[in-house]
Amino acid sequence: MQYLLLIYDNEASWNKLTEADQAAMYKEYGEFTESIVKSGHHKAGHQLQPIATATTVRVRDKKRVVTDGPFAETKEQLGGFYMIEAKDLDDAIAVAARIPSARFGSIEVRPIVARM
Amino acid sequence: MLACRSTIDAGAEDVHPANLLAGRRMDIERIFREESGRILATLIGLLGSFDLAEEAMQEAFAAALEQWPERGIPANPRAWLISTAQHKGIDSLRRSASFDSKREELQRIAEAEQQLADADESMRRIGSEDPFGDERLRLIFTCCHPALALEAQVALTLRTLCGLSTDDIARGFLVPLPTMAQRLVRAKQKIRDAHIPYQVPPEQELAERVDAVLLVVYLVFNEGYSATSGETAIRHELCSEAIRLGRILSALLPRQTEARALLALMLLHDSRRKARVSDGGEPILLEDQNRKLWNQEQIREGLELVESALRNGPAGPYGLQAAIAALHARAEVAAETDWRQIAALYQLLLRIQRTPVVELNHAAAVAMAEGPAAGLKLLEVLDSRAELRDYYLLPAARADLLRRLERWAEAADSYRRAVTLAGNDAARSFLSRRVAEMESKG
Repeated sequence: MQYLLLIYDNEASWNKLTEADQAAMYKEYGEFTESIVKSGHHKAGHQLQPIATATTVRVRDKKRVVTDGPFAETKEQLGGFYMIEAKDLDDAIAVAARIPSARFGSIEVRPIVARM
Repeated sequence: MLACRSTIDAGAEDVHPANLLAGRRMDIERIFREESGRILATLIGLLGSFDLAEEAMQEAFAAALEQWPERGIPANPRAWLISTAQHKGIDSLRRSASFDSKREELQRIAEAEQQLADADESMRRIGSEDPFGDERLRLIFTCCHPALALEAQVALTLRTLCGLSTDDIARGFLVPLPTMAQRLVRAKQKIRDAHIPYQVPPEQELAERVDAVLLVVYLVFNEGYSATSGETAIRHELCSEAIRLGRILSALLPRQTEARALLALMLLHDSRRKARVSDGGEPILLEDQNRKLWNQEQIREGLELVESALRNGPAGPYGLQAAIAALHARAEVAAETDWRQIAALYQLLLRIQRTPVVELNHAAAVAMAEGPAAGLKLLEVLDSRAELRDYYLLPAARADLLRRLERWAEAADSYRRAVTLAGNDAARSFLSRRVAEMESKG
């Protein structure tokens, strides 16, 4: 069973971190990723560029509507994700709880639709 | 299905054959009612799907209704029903698997067939004993999984573990039937699609998850106990179902003292059922209740459970509340109530559960122990808090203390405020009567 773990946190507070604190965070993420590779959970995972780089695309009446920014303004932004293989939801929740950002932001756990 | 609970078994002597059949039918329905939670739990474990298990159980019930009146009730009806349902479930799995012949499905069928063979074998060997273990604990933890919304947890628990119909649950919670039906469907879909596991959580998560389960049970109880609106039969049913779940939990989780304490708390509250509402349906205050109507059997059991819970572990919120209920239960007349100790227990409870209800009860207990003026002082602090502005029990409590202080006009004002905020008719009419009393005195 595969799950997508969507990492939401507040970009502004990330930007306020000192360089040393950011480095510590990256190190922690590195160790976490390594641990879930070892445990066999890891399928994929990436950090995303800040929300300021986001572009929203819609097609309406066969016409492309391209706008700057994300679909909705929220307090927490999507900042990265992991795709994992887990036994069940409890297993996925246990992995999600260990993501460093879970302590400040929130992790959305979404099951992936199995291929037919 | 609700009605069959209250039916009395037909006597065995001098019964007309038609009555015998009718009596047997009632017995059969009683068995369904009492066993459905355990049967469903076992089937979900064996078949791996809520929907399939429910369907298979209904088919087994139908088969039993057809066969049992003629051939008699088997020695172990639960085992009969489980193994019949399992055969039906496997058939239906096989039918659907032949369409998409998924490997996972086939694997599941093979496993289910093996388990069935094992169960049949052990049933032959040990005779009437139960070859299927008690799976209800796993089901409770699935139904009360924190990934489900609390209201869905409550509904699912009542539907699957207690076997209440969707209609009964909807009426118990004053929700339209389609809303409740959809709530249940969504919850079951999420269990299936997000793969919420069917298991007792590991030791390190157990305490946290037990808390969630106890909360659901207590919510069910309170829904039945506290509101005076709605149909009484369904509300009593909710209370007895909560107590039944409490018994299962405290038996299956003997080391969780809070489970035992919750059962004690519910029994002690429920013991006052007959005394707490007037014939006209109005609530009767604890101090005015006819204590002869209290159910001594429930009190005795409740007191034993509280003591054993408090002896075996630190008191949690349910332990403290049960200890308070126990002090009320021990007082043969209201004047003998040990209010000092109750106030002290509320003080402890406030440390772990600072909710408006607890604060209010603490103030009321202090008023009884040290006099109304001391209680009034505590209420003033509460009164200044914005979140309690619309909480009718607050002006009601204040009015009560003012009445004791014989400050009639102020008491009348507070009762009037409580009337405008009260949510149910019974409370409103009780409070209105108090307004009139105050006016006649002032």
